[in-house]
Order: sequence, then C-alpha cells, then structure tokens
Amino acid sequence: MIKLEARPQPSRWMSLASPLMALAITVLIGVFLFVILGKDPWRGLQVFFIEPVKNLYQISELSVKATPLILIALGLAVCYRSNVWNIGAEGQFVAGALCAGWVAMQAGPDTAWLGRGIVFFVLIGGVLGGMVWAAIVALLRDRFNANEILVSLMLVYVAELLLSYLVYGPWKDPKGYNFPQTITFLADTRIPRLVPTLRAHIGVLIAAVAVAGFWLFLFRSYRGFALQVGGLAPAAARYAGFSSRQALWTALLISGGMAGLAGGLEAAGPLGQLSPYVPAGYGFAAIIVAYVGRLHPVGIIFSGFLMSLFYIGGELAQSRLGLPKSLTGVFQGLLLFTLLACDTLIHYRVRWQRAAAPSNVTKAA
Amino acid sequence: MDSFALLLAATLNAGTVLAIAGIGLLINERAGILNLGAEGLMLVAAIAGFATAVHTGNDWLAFCAGAVAGALMAAAFGVLVIWLNTNQVASGLALSLFGAGFSAFVGVGYVQGKLGDRPQFSVPFLADIPFIGPAFFRQHPMVYLAIALVVGVSWFLYRSRPGLVLRAVGESPESAHALGYPVRRIRMAAVMAGGALCGVAGAYLSVVYTPLWVEGMVAGKGWIALALTTFATWRPARVLLGAYLFGGVTMLQFHLQGEGVEIPSQFLSMLPYLATIVVLVLISRNGAWIKANMPASLGKPFFPGS
Repeated sequence: MIKLEARPQPSRWMSLASPLMALAITVLIGVFLFVILGKDPWRGLQVFFIEPVKNLYQISELSVKATPLILIALGLAVCYRSNVWNIGAEGQFVAGALCAGWVAMQAGPDTAWLGRGIVFFVLIGGVLGGMVWAAIVALLRDRFNANEILVSLMLVYVAELLLSYLVYGPWKDPKGYNFPQTITFLADTRIPRLVPTLRAHIGVLIAAVAVAGFWLFLFRSYRGFALQVGGLAPAAARYAGFSSRQALWTALLISGGMAGLAGGLEAAGPLGQLSPYVPAGYGFAAIIVAYVGRLHPVGIIFSGFLMSLFYIGGELAQSRLGLPKSLTGVFQGLLLFTLLACDTLIHYRVRWQRAAAPSNVTKAA
Repeated sequence: MDSFALLLAATLNAGTVLAIAGIGLLINERAGILNLGAEGLMLVAAIAGFATAVHTGNDWLAFCAGAVAGALMAAAFGVLVIWLNTNQVASGLALSLFGAGFSAFVGVGYVQGKLGDRPQFSVPFLADIPFIGPAFFRQHPMVYLAIALVVGVSWFLYRSRPGLVLRAVGESPESAHALGYPVRRIRMAAVMAGGALCGVAGAYLSVVYTPLWVEGMVAGKGWIALALTTFATWRPARVLLGAYLFGGVTMLQFHLQGEGVEIPSQFLSMLPYLATIVVLVLISRNGAWIKANMPASLGKPFFPGS
C-alpha cells in the first residue's frame, strides 16, 4: 500500500525538482497523445521544443510571447504569496491595452515635440488602466467582503465586452473597411524594437528590470515581507500589526499594474492597434507561469519562456502537423495539474508498506 | 404579452443550466470542497454531450455522457485535493484551464456540427392554457427534472442520514473522522456527484439550450454557478431561485434587443456578469452572516493524522 507521510520540514530540493517532474510527465502524456493522434511523437517533440529555438527569428518570437507572461506572472506571484486570489489578470491586461491604446490614439502633430518619449506615456496609461481594473476588485473586497476570485473573473468578461464595444463602435477606424479595429497607432507611439528586423521589443528589458525589482521587493523589503507573512500566517501578521487591508490593496494594485503594463506593451507593440484579438489568454496562462516558476521572480523567467514555447509549439503544430492550435491549452493545463500533484512530494514522503503492517505495530505496542 | 411569456420560458430554460450546476457545486461545498474547476468541467461535458448527441441523436444519452465526463474530471480534481492535499483554489483553476484547452482541442471537428430537428415539448392540456402554457409548459423535460433535483437534494441534505453525515463532514471533518466516518471517501463521492451534475448542466447547455458547440461556449456560467452557492447561502431552494434570477438577467438582454432598446449590445451582454458582482457585494456585505452559513471547513484540506 502507498502511504503519504508528512515530512518534518518541506523539502527544498523537491520544490525545485517538482516543476521538472511535472514537465517530464506532461511531455510523456504529450508523446502518448501524438501516438494516439497518429503523428510521429519525435516530430511532435521537435515542433514543441526544438523548432521554436532554432534560429534568431524564432527566439525573438519566443521573447515576444514570454514578455507579457513574465510581467503578468510577477504581479500574480506577489498576489498569491499574500493569499490574494486575483485570477482576472486577463481583464486587467485588456483594460491596460485599452488605456494605452487611448493614449496612443491621442498622438498627433500636437504631441510631436515629445518624439519617442510618448511611448512612456502610452505605457503609463497601460499601468493605470490595469490598476483601475484591479482596484475595483480591491474596493469590493475591502468594503463589502466580496470574493476576489469571482469578482476579478467576472471583470474579465466585462473588459472584453468593453473592448468589443469600443472597436465596433466609437473607436472604429473610419477608413478600416468596417473591420472592428482602431486606427494603426502612429510610428512614434509604437514600442521600440530591439533590432529593426525582429519583433522582439524593449519589453524584454522592462521584464528583466522587473524581475530584479520584484526580487528586491519580495525578499529584501519590509513591505514585501509583511505581505508574505500575511499570506502564510494571517494570525501572526495581525499580531505583528501588519495590515491585511494594506496587503490586499498592494497585491492587487501591483498585479493589476503589471498586467496593464503587459497589455500596453502588447497593444502598442506587436499589435499596433486595438481589435477583438487583444485578449490572447496571457492573463490565464500567467497563472500557470507563476506557479510553475514557484512564485519566485527567477523561476518565473524559466516558466515564462517554457509557456511561450508551448504557445509557439501549438502554432507550429497547426501549420506543420495539422493539429488544432488549442493543443497549447491542453499542455498548459496538464502542466499545472501535474505540478500541483508533484508538489505533494514537497510536504510528504511516499512510503510503501504492506497492508498488514499497522496491526503488527499494535501488537508490539 | 406573448413576448413576455416567451421571456419567462427562456428564463426557465437558461436558469436550468445554472440550477443543475449550482446544486452540484452546493453538494461539493457542503462536504467542504470548493471546486473552482466548474467552468472547465462544464466545457468538457458540453463537448462530450454534444458529440454524443450528434452521433446518437439522443438527448438522454448526451446528458449521461456529460455526467460521466464531469464525474471523471471531478475525480481527477478530487484525487489531488482530497488524497494529495493540494491547494483547492489552485487545483480548481488548473481544472478550469485544462478543461478550456481540452474541450477546444477535441471539439474542433464539431464546430460546424448540427443536431438535426429539435423535438417540440409540451405538457398535455397545461400547454394550451393561454399565456401560462407557452410560459411554463412547453419546456424540455430536463427543466422540470431540475426542479425535482433541487427538491431531492434538499431532502437528502436535511432529511436523510447520509445527508447529515455529508454536512457533518463539511462542518467538521475532524469530528466526523473521530466518529469513524470515512471523511475522504465521502468527500470524494460528493466531488464526483457534484461533477456529474455540472456535467449534465454542460451537456444541457450544448444540446438543448444553444444547441451547438463553440469553443468556450460556457462563457462564465460555471463561475456564475459558483457565485450562486454564496448567493444562496448554501441552501438548495435559494440556488434554484438565484438560477432563475440570473437566467432572467441573461434573457433580458435578448428581450431588450428585440424591443429595439437603444443600448449597444455589448453593454447588455455585460448584464449577467455585472449582476453577479452586484449580488456578491450585496450578499457578502454582512461578513458575520456569510460566516454563519458557510460550511466551516470549506476550502480547507483534511488529512487524517497518523
């Protein structure tokens, strides 16, 4: 019989091994899935893990998708560490894209003196948009005790419908052949690229700075410490005088701001206009990124690129193997599921024992 | 008057999805398990039910397929949270994300699927009464079964011994364990039963309510069903009431559009989501009241000490 035995202390080693085990299991299931679908599993693995890093162009594409994932996941890590369950990052991402898009559309001859500096205001717009959207969640939780999981999720649908209203209605490009999309943003407002020929943009650098910033905030600042105590042991936090209300607002504003920033970068970067295709599921995938990265800024870099690999792999599987693109979602969900199962090993040891063993113990006693 | 009768009929139809899912989640939560995977579970059940209906043309087989799919998904979730003690919130989210991806993946071939002619239902004699007939008595049998289900679950929870044990497990798993009840098995049974009901709701959605398959078609109804249990302060009858209320709000948008009200359709589509938020705010305002009604061990893992 298999028995779980509580470890005296959580295993540090296991908490690092568990994401790798989860990845291995997910890949195994993937191989199995390819075989069932009648595809060569070796070819399938190649499409998911080798082709996306084959050349500079692909690596640039990988970074384009990893950037929003990492930015959003950093904010979510702060939330989950302080036991605030914001699962509506997708909505905050859209709200950020809307506000950034609005700023970008204000650009014209009057703002020409700003030059490329206007990008800064576009991004600030994104951050504020995401923050406002998350602040609604914080306000309703703080004032009325409304469950933040459900409220943040409902606001995702509201944000998507708001976007749809704007691009089908008042913000529609009059010269856009009636397509539901805004004008293409002016060149000055577009997020600068790292190299003119590749889509990778300065968001990568922002993400790198953010990783360092979040590491300092979480592990080297009093505020970050107070947040995490509140998440781990609410009673101890109360005793220490750490305000749980402050933690709630801080966590939600930070994560909303990060999701909004990602939305702004996406709208004024690779997309260059607003359309119903702004919400691409990054807000939800970032939940997985945060967990697989152990809610740790450095871990999130790895998991962000891994999840981006899944995105590109899914697209390639569609064009090369004729498989639906939604394969990405299957693997992402599987990864989180197996990760949570493997995480059991952090707190418990597996013991094999014969069913009769307990009775012998009783006799001996 | 006729359009009002149709609105009532559509409300009953929409409310049925939420009522069945909500009552399933209520069973889960009464046993102390919070299943945030409802949305993903309903999506997988919706495609399972739809595919079955396309191939067999039988609604009841489709509901069974949905129930089995829902129970299987819930079982995977149950193993994680009950036997491996994982965090219920994170595991539920994993189920939702997996369900969304998996249903889209297997459903690709059914996006253009058609179900053939839908039969018309009517209760003999009653359906011919003016106004009342078209409003209440021309529904799919599942609409009436859902009401019976709520009555049955209510009886089970408050009038039967197994129901008492289930509630005891949700209120205090330690005490139930000390009395010799197999807490984890009871929770597992509750999770699977709840999952099966969410599955039936998902299948009803794709086979009767819409009836078609589109990626992500549950569109938040799983989350609204979760909000319903809070709205109902974990009472079955109030789940039914809330389900019809939300069903009405959902249908109101189409009604208003039909009446030619000058509001952009997107704002009308926001109504169910905004209503959920408003209701949550109104119900949760009184924290003490929620605490008094909420199953005491909801969301907390139980690991029998050794």
